[in-house]
Amino acid sequence: MKYLNKRSTTLAMTILTASLLSACGSSSDDDDVEVSYEVTLTNLTSNQPLSPLAVQLHNTAYQAWEVGSVASESLEMLAEGGDNTAFLAVDSANVYNGVSGSGAVAPGITQSLSISADEATDMQLTLVTMLVNTNDAFAGKTGLDLSDLAMGESMKHFLPVYDAGTEGNSELAGTIPGPADDGGEGFNMARDDVDFVARHPGVVGMDHGYSESVLNSTHSFDSPVAVLTVTRTQ
Amino acid sequence: MKTKSLLSILPLSLASAMAFSQSIEVEVTNLTHGIHFTPILVSAHDDATHLFSAGMTASDELKAMAEGGDTGPLMAANAESVVDTDNLASGMLAPSVSTPVTAIETGVNTHLSIVAMMLPTNDGFIGLDGWEIPTEVGTYTVYLNGYDAGTEVNDEIINGGGAPGVLGIPGAPGMDAGTGATGVTDMESNTAVHIHRGNTGDTSLTGGISDVDSRIHRWLNPVAKVVVTVK
Repeated sequence: MKYLNKRSTTLAMTILTASLLSACGSSSDDDDVEVSYEVTLTNLTSNQPLSPLAVQLHNTAYQAWEVGSVASESLEMLAEGGDNTAFLAVDSANVYNGVSGSGAVAPGITQSLSISADEATDMQLTLVTMLVNTNDAFAGKTGLDLSDLAMGESMKHFLPVYDAGTEGNSELAGTIPGPADDGGEGFNMARDDVDFVARHPGVVGMDHGYSESVLNSTHSFDSPVAVLTVTRTQ
Repeated sequence: MKTKSLLSILPLSLASAMAFSQSIEVEVTNLTHGIHFTPILVSAHDDATHLFSAGMTASDELKAMAEGGDTGPLMAANAESVVDTDNLASGMLAPSVSTPVTAIETGVNTHLSIVAMMLPTNDGFIGLDGWEIPTEVGTYTVYLNGYDAGTEVNDEIINGGGAPGVLGIPGAPGMDAGTGATGVTDMESNTAVHIHRGNTGDTSLTGGISDVDSRIHRWLNPVAKVVVTVK
């Protein structure tokens, strides 16, 4: 929150110092130097609204998930129900800041947000969002290295889709929080799947022979499901 | 400044391309949610060697690997100079598991290929075809897609049929598949090596058209991640 309280003169000084420092190619421990990034995401799916984005700036000691490892409960809440509250409330010295998107990102829609933190030599970014017409699919990147991103530079990444492994991909009525399933449940404590994070296998749907599924062919997806652009703005 | 550093790099890269064996490390991660890989073969070879080629008919040796997981014929057919490292995971590589980091001395070889069968499928395999090994020290990540050898009809009937030319899937190592299926199809239009279309599957464990579970035995590309460290 302290970033919001800075006076504009301080900000101007900070910008000046930051650009001078980066021009010299040296790093600094100066706590007053702040960096900002604009994070832009476009939903590339056919019919999978993406839950409000969770974006974090952190150091190399933090990793939000790993293929083959058990999902944290806060990631489970996000991946099963689209709720990023617990995920962004993580209390860790390794996480510098966390910001939520302002609402779901519909298919074809682009949304931007900005996030800032004190400059760090090992700055990384994590972004995660749920594909809401699924049991527990999420898209994202964790540990995206921003340390070489100079002022004004951008990087672009296509996002893969993961399965949290915390809820079976039943596709049944009552289990999917998105609009495909009227009144479907989001997060529940039970873990009735493989209990490790993997790449998502995709959904089946009623149009592909799974008659009990509430999903239809429009809910199918393939990787990548979104494109992410990160631009350093300060 | 730039010219100088380019000049100093040039003799090194020429030299390593010509004579010196490289020390590399290879780690393969199964990225899938519910597909097992049979013993993984990593071959270091020259730029003319291919274990498979997309768009070409599979060799008998590739067919044995893709239909039954047997890497022996591929290794036997490889030239003397090829460095084969077999069975990276000491058996099956389960979903989301990584192999041990495996050290390989490449000898005179400049390119890397990797294959392993995907289970349960009829003739699906993970494939890396002739990836040029970088000469610069560093860590490189390569993502692998799932291929169809084009040699067997994807009937999706699990009957232990792993020998080349024997129709059927050898097994489902996750013990989560069905039995008694009638078969998804009895013909294939593409008999060359191509990107696998994915399993069809069904949700019946005791019948239906497929013994494969459509909710579990699915995948999207990529199916494997390979981390190569050049020492």
